[in-house]
Amino acid sequence: MSDQTLPPVEPDPSPGAAVTPAAADVVSTPAAEAAEAASGTVAKPSQGRPAGQPPAAPPPGRFQLALKEILSGSWVTSVLAVLLAMVVGAVLVAAANPDVQSSASYLFARPSDFFGAVWESVKDAYVAMFQGAVVNFQGQDAVAFIKPITNTLTQATPLIFAGLGLAVGFRAGLFNIGAQGQIILGAIPCAWLGYALHLPPVVHLLVCVLGAMAGGALWGFIPGILKARTGANEVIVTIMLNSVAAFGVSYLLTLDAFQREGSNNPQTPLIDSTAQFPYIFGGRFTTHFGFILALLAAVFTWWLLDRSTLGFRFRALGENPQAARTAGINTNACFIWVMVIAGGLAGLAGAAQVQGTFHYLNSGVAASFGFDAITVALLGRSRPLGTVLAGLLFGGLKAAAPMVQSAAGSSDVVLVLQSVIVLLIAAPPLIRAVFRTPNPERVQALKLAAAAGPGEVAA
Amino acid sequence: MKKKYAVVSLLAVAGLVLAACSDAPDESTDNGTTDAATETSGAATSEAASDFFACMVSDEGGFDDQSFNQSTYEGLQRAGVDLGIEVLALESHDSNDYAPNLEDMVAKGCDITITVGFNLSEGTKTAAEANPSLNYAIVDDSQISLPNVKPIVYATQEAAFLAGYVAAAYSTTGKVGTFGGAKIPTVTIFMDGFADGVARYNQDKGGNVELLGWDKATQNGLFTDDFTDQAKGKTTALNLIAQGADVIMPVAGPVGLGAAQAAQEDGNTVIIWVDADGYLTTEYGSIILTSVMKLMGEAVENVITDTKDGNFSPDPYVGNLANGGVAIAPFHDFTSQVSDETKAEVAALEAAIQSGELKVESDSAP
Repeated sequence: MSDQTLPPVEPDPSPGAAVTPAAADVVSTPAAEAAEAASGTVAKPSQGRPAGQPPAAPPPGRFQLALKEILSGSWVTSVLAVLLAMVVGAVLVAAANPDVQSSASYLFARPSDFFGAVWESVKDAYVAMFQGAVVNFQGQDAVAFIKPITNTLTQATPLIFAGLGLAVGFRAGLFNIGAQGQIILGAIPCAWLGYALHLPPVVHLLVCVLGAMAGGALWGFIPGILKARTGANEVIVTIMLNSVAAFGVSYLLTLDAFQREGSNNPQTPLIDSTAQFPYIFGGRFTTHFGFILALLAAVFTWWLLDRSTLGFRFRALGENPQAARTAGINTNACFIWVMVIAGGLAGLAGAAQVQGTFHYLNSGVAASFGFDAITVALLGRSRPLGTVLAGLLFGGLKAAAPMVQSAAGSSDVVLVLQSVIVLLIAAPPLIRAVFRTPNPERVQALKLAAAAGPGEVAA
Repeated sequence: MKKKYAVVSLLAVAGLVLAACSDAPDESTDNGTTDAATETSGAATSEAASDFFACMVSDEGGFDDQSFNQSTYEGLQRAGVDLGIEVLALESHDSNDYAPNLEDMVAKGCDITITVGFNLSEGTKTAAEANPSLNYAIVDDSQISLPNVKPIVYATQEAAFLAGYVAAAYSTTGKVGTFGGAKIPTVTIFMDGFADGVARYNQDKGGNVELLGWDKATQNGLFTDDFTDQAKGKTTALNLIAQGADVIMPVAGPVGLGAAQAAQEDGNTVIIWVDADGYLTTEYGSIILTSVMKLMGEAVENVITDTKDGNFSPDPYVGNLANGGVAIAPFHDFTSQVSDETKAEVAALEAAIQSGELKVESDSAP
């Protein structure tokens, strides 16, 4: 644990100048927090601890430290990761191209063929990616021209919702892997309310949205309360709940109540048109009202994390659980709130899928958004704006997949890009956490310290 | 375009260290032609070869699912070669890819687009309604009735019935088993037919062969809830073997390979493969008693041919024993181990079903 980044365990009235801005928040407790801190420590002497001594909080695990390290990187790292991923993607596209392979055999006889083929294959793939995600400059009319960007917004919508949910958890130091399950649990009540009830417009839409939030929040509440009450590891619980949700929805879809009349396919009836999200740019484009909702959710998340007391506690928890506890923050209540809010946001991704994209529930309703959203949140450094931008990038990659596939023969390059981005951003701290290898920066710092005071070391 | 040309030249300059000076003219001509036509190679060549353009969108199983996606894909490729037309197939990675893939097919100007599976039903319907001048065909789904959509469905229970009869006759333990990849109609239809075939054997022969893994009356049975994890197939098959089954029909795409592995290691268990003739398409030919085949590739090729000739019709194509759309595969290595009596009985049953004298029912039948 490095003392430079972590605030001292005991509340310090005078914030040190050397701490990072985020850590400074924790230390420079405003009056309200200070009062809370006081009441927190004073209220507990009955538990057999001398007054003033903080209750024991578990030290942050190595994975928590790894998460913090991932999130503390600058946006430059994110941008460079994306660029480097594109380079790796280009190499793979070229290597997989048959023209490149055939011309490589006579590389030294006529290198121009080889490099021409490499250039053509890479250019085709990335031009197709641009055309599939931004604008199709070969579109026959204006609709075809701008359609790709609207598709990108559609695909980005669930990613933004789920990414925001995960971001809240990450900022609080919780490895919430459960977005996939939370999306599904949001989608189930959302769809059911959509086709089983027949309500007036607007009301119906809102009822479904609330249903989705409640479903997702419930699926977040479970790991939250398990962690708060029993200390159960949220990574394991949320992963398990993903499976419960995935198989649960498959099971529900075998029941008559969740199937269409006269069919035993695992698909629910279509939801009423009153419950469907309206299309923002008209029926010829797929972008729906959910995207606006996602932007509003981003604003809410920003307010929550950066302006509200609750968000302050979340961040304090994420920075240093022991310090947060010492400062009188009820960490257990925070675990629950974090997970409920994260689940509610992810549940909205389910609403976007059901009310905006599919208009019915199927077992693939969450696609792989719950997992892609992890990358989105990490790439966005768990900041709301960053998450929105990362969501748009990944939405664009997803929207471009058909175009890339028909140009390059396979859309796997899109998956490669996504995966390399994850690797570049998350891997080094995670690998250190898994293998318990020391952080090279820290090793360097220790060496410097040793060099500075050889006498002390010898003694 | 000018800017792109500038980028081209820039890269060419960067590559000069390694590449020869003849680099630039080569690329600029290449660039010019691709820009003049459409950027994508598929559409570009289609204009040259033939006006007709046939396409397909897979579901998330992908082209190598050893099931309907693969058969449809093969049918499309064959049609491309036989009819000399341009074809394009797009793979979906998850359910959010369906609509964009279908849109892309419209943008590419596909005359007919074949979609695969009930998962694509809504998307196909939406696309077909929006583009009444384009034709669609959907494999294994009959929910859409539109003038430009042809459902391609199969009375699979008829062939599965024969396989059930053979299995019951072959079994020495008096127990046969089956399991599915998911409880969906296109899977349970196999299991319904199989159950009826076993029941028919018991009725005709006074036998008491028990079917494990599926109860037709309650429509409940054994499922892996997975179409990819072969380990699950192996575990499930081992369970069935432990319960005494010596003939197993896995209806789960590649998951069935795990069951075949379990059967091979057991040594006394045989497999009934589904969709294609497993003797030819898997490496477990030596333990495959027979296969319940859905000849989807042929149907897809026929639909494409008809559409190209201007004979598209939205009437559903129902593959059955009578028209050869479904069949049971030859016994191959087991020819000598299936008695002539059984072969004759199966042939008689097949004739009865073909003539309509014998009806095999299933809740999931199209």
